Parts: sequence; C-alpha cells; structure tokens
Amino acid sequence: MPSLAGLFFWMNIKLENIKKLNVKKPLKLDCGKTISNFPLAYETYGKLNKNKDNAILVFHALTGDQYVTGTNPITNKEGWWITAVGPGKAIDTNKYFIICANVIGGCMGSLGPRNINPKTNQPYGLDFPVITIKDMVRAQESLLDHLGIKKLLCATGGSMGGMQLLQFCATFPDKTFSAIPIACSSSHSAQNIALNELARQAIMADPVWENGKYVLKNVQPKNGLAVARMVGHISYLSEKGMQEKFGRKLQEKADYEFSFNADFQVESYLRHQGYAFVERFDANSVLYITRAMDYFDLSKQFKGGLIEAFKNQETKFLVISFSSDWLYTTKDNKDIVIALNASGADVSYSEIATDKGHDSFLLDEPEFLKTLKGFIDSMYEKFKNEKRI
Amino acid sequence: MKKEFKVIADLLPSNTRVLDVGCGDGSLMSLLRKEKNINVRGLELNQSNVQQCIHKGLPVIQGNAETELHQFPDQSFDYVILSQTLQAFYEPEKVLRDLLRIGKSVIVSIPNFGYWKVRTKLLFFGKMPVTKTLPNTWYNTPNLHMCTIKDLFNFCDEKKINIKKVVGVNEDKISSIKKGNLEIKNLFSKLGIFLIG
Repeated sequence: MPSLAGLFFWMNIKLENIKKLNVKKPLKLDCGKTISNFPLAYETYGKLNKNKDNAILVFHALTGDQYVTGTNPITNKEGWWITAVGPGKAIDTNKYFIICANVIGGCMGSLGPRNINPKTNQPYGLDFPVITIKDMVRAQESLLDHLGIKKLLCATGGSMGGMQLLQFCATFPDKTFSAIPIACSSSHSAQNIALNELARQAIMADPVWENGKYVLKNVQPKNGLAVARMVGHISYLSEKGMQEKFGRKLQEKADYEFSFNADFQVESYLRHQGYAFVERFDANSVLYITRAMDYFDLSKQFKGGLIEAFKNQETKFLVISFSSDWLYTTKDNKDIVIALNASGADVSYSEIATDKGHDSFLLDEPEFLKTLKGFIDSMYEKFKNEKRI
Repeated sequence: MKKEFKVIADLLPSNTRVLDVGCGDGSLMSLLRKEKNINVRGLELNQSNVQQCIHKGLPVIQGNAETELHQFPDQSFDYVILSQTLQAFYEPEKVLRDLLRIGKSVIVSIPNFGYWKVRTKLLFFGKMPVTKTLPNTWYNTPNLHMCTIKDLFNFCDEKKINIKKVVGVNEDKISSIKKGNLEIKNLFSKLGIFLIG
C-alpha cells in the first residue's frame, strides 16, 4: 500500500483532470465572507437534447461527489448512485442529461479547505469560511447558466442532497419543473447534530489533525477520520438490517480471540469502511460539510416558517422516505409533505417499506427505483407538453 | 363500479380542486383530470396503488385517512371525495368531520346495506350477506360500520350536516333520492352517493 502522503500526491495529480467551472461571480456566503473566482467541479452523463428539457440535477450527500455513475476516475470505484443512474436505469442516461457538482467545502475539485488560500499561499485549513447548505446551492446554480439550462426537468438528492434540493427549490422556485427529495429533513434534529458532533470530535481528537493544519504536512488524521466514518455508517443502517447482516458472527475465526482485534464481523466491517474512507476524503471537509448540515433549518430562513418557504411553488414534488431510516425519519419527511401541502404545492409522497435504513436510497431497492422511474418519466411527458403549449 | 365514477364526475364542476381520499390506483383522478380539467390530489394507503398513481403522473400522498387527514388545511379543496370507505373506519363520524373541514363540499359514497338483496340474504338465509358490492365474509370484512342510505340520510339530519344531493345507483340506473322516495330507493339502490357540506 502506498504511503498516505504519496496517495495524496497521486490524488492531486488526478484532481487536475476533473471537469471544473471557474465561478467568477462573487458569492456572498451566509457567514458574511465573500468568495469569487472559485472552482466548481462537476460531471455530466447522457446528452442534453435540442429543447434542453431533459436535464436532471443531482445533489450529492455528505461523503458523495460529482461521480454519480460509471467509474469514479479518482477512486476507480463505481459511482455512488450507480443503482439508480445509468443506461436503462431509473434515471436513464440514454434519455436524460444528468448533472452533478461537488459541493463547495468538499474535496473532489470544488473549492474546499484543501485549496490554496490566495492570501497566505497555503492550504486554507480552518481559515476556510464556514459554509451553509444555502451557500452550496447558490454556488451550484451558476452551473446551470454555464450549461445553458433555464429550467431543469427534475432535481433530486438523498440525505444532505435532499436538504440542498429543498433549499434550491425555496431559493430558486422556478428553476426546476419537478423535485424528488429523498430521505432528508428540513432541519437538523438534536440527534442529527449530536451524531455529527461525534464525528467532528473524533477528527479533532486525532493528534495528527493539529487544528486542521495537517494539510501542510501532506498527511491525514486517518484514525480520527475513520472513527468519524464509522459513526456515520452505524447511523446509515437499521438495527434489524445490521442484526440480519452481521448478527454475532465472528470474522474468519472459530472462537473469541480474547483480544481487542476485530473478532466480530460488524467490527471488521466498520474498520474496513472507516479506513477505506480516509483514502478518498479530507478530514477538514467532513468538519465543514457536517457543520453546514447542522446549520440547516429551512423554516428559520422564512418568517412564516416552512410553509412560507414553499409558497408559490410551481414545482411538482415527490417526497420519499424509508420505513427503517432513523437518521431522517418518515416523520421528518412527512413534515416536509405537510408544509408543501399547506402551501398548496403539488406534492406526492411515498414511504418505502424496507429494513435497510437510511442507506436504502443508495441500494438496489426495487420499489424505490420503480417509484423514482415512474415519477421522472411521467414528469418528462408533462414537461414536454407544457413546453409545447 | 364505473357508474359510480361517472356519477361523481357529473356532480363536480370543471376546473375545481379535488382531494380523493382512498384514491386506489387513481382511476377516478385520471377521469376527473381528463374530462373536467380538475386539479386532483389523492390519499392512499396501499404502496402498489401509490406507485401506480405516480406512474400516471397523479399527485398522491401515501397515508392513512383515519390518522393523517390533519395534514390538509381547512377548506383547502373545493371537493373531497370518499368512495365506499366510510364504513371501514374506526370512527366514521370523526373522519366525516375532517372531510367537511378540508373540503367546501364532500362527496361520500356507501355500499347500501338496505339494498333488497342484502336484506333478503339475511332474512331468508340467516347469514351475513355476501354480494358483488359486499364481497367479504363476516370474519374478513374491512367494513366495521355498515349502514344504509336511510341511516346516512338520518345521520346527516341529526348532525345538522347539509345534504345537497343524494344519488342512488343500481346497475346502470341512477336516480335522485329525496325524503319522499327514501324508503323505496333505500330498497332498490346498491350504492348511495351523497353530496354534503
């Protein structure tokens, strides 16, 4: 295995080949600071048709990136939503033009804490401004102008992607014909914040982290970051799903070792997930992105609360939740539906029955994928007709 | 019953806002949207029905009418439709009150327990009636509160719920039901459709 420094060197070389838009227009962030002339990394799949009415924008989740499907050129692994996006899949790349951008604060080519701060000529680290979901969304809006898309056929995203989507619809009410927020929430609950704080504390407790200055030494606080990822992973599964998958099964051994090695399969799984993650993600990015999620409370931005946020919506919504998701529960998702209903928006809602927890939106869940496909295809027919009239 | 949907469609003015509670696979919603340009919404419990509605491009919310009507604001629809499900609720009166709160008017249809075939089954065979409109047996029926057209008529009177129109349906025949012909229509209608509120 290459050394971590070498790995980062390798990553930096490859990062040069990422598709990027240089956003010239200054963007005033919620924290008061302004960024301009910044890179926004993105990827597209499929072809934009002549009428430009087949574009679908995907917002990625906390640890996602712009490589939705196919092979991620940086990690050489499958795109994170390959179950749903691709030729002949629910979001069909033969039919639709799919766009996904890396969020600002991330580490896959968009402006983030690993970028060079022009003022110091050194990586930002903790000098990077604290960003919000709204900042992420406003940064991505410039991509639509760049691609020449006035109105999207659909925008979608799960988890933090769903939060970005709700923000996108509230901030730009006429930019998409339809929207599918999946397994998300309109504001982070105490439990959500607590879990994120656990992840952050794990990173900050790692001595290698050094107040975010590890980037200067080209190292990574991998122990802390791996623990942060393990916390996340537990919250993405359901109790029942975990029990069924691992139970008390031992990891390639007949009996207990009477040690602190990974005796149980579930331990081995978590360790693997944790240490695989440090090879593709930046610790400071986790701090910034989880912070953005914690600050998210859409109702706080509008005087009349969530109902006001969705007022005058022409967008047609489909909200989807998963029965065993305890991170962003059915109730969290239903609250969005209730607000959309109360504001008179066109909204559908489906709760998919599954044991797979929050992760369900990334998995091959036939009922979920069928619902997704049915909605997008029917919306495409409507959008085409509306444009013709 | 297709005739029922036809009667309901005829009761509704064009270009209105309608909520179909227990909308099934969306057949009635499709009809209303196509024939009358009605802005339809559905509420449905069954996942595969919800999926079918979504495939047809019909807005539908997956949920239970007994417990989840509170999410709809007061008077937010011109009409609310409840087709042949009132008798299946634990608390039909509470549901009916909620429907009247959400809709300016409400259309409720019921399988008529006063229909002569139902009456004779019980009278001559001494068994709980099983008919086309009431296909289940006593132990597996979802119907907890069976009533007759006359029962619902009297209920509305008692509870001071304004009855705008009542239509009786028997096979292909439909007829208007008033106080004067209630007894006879209660005997010969398979289905009662009430426009109230």
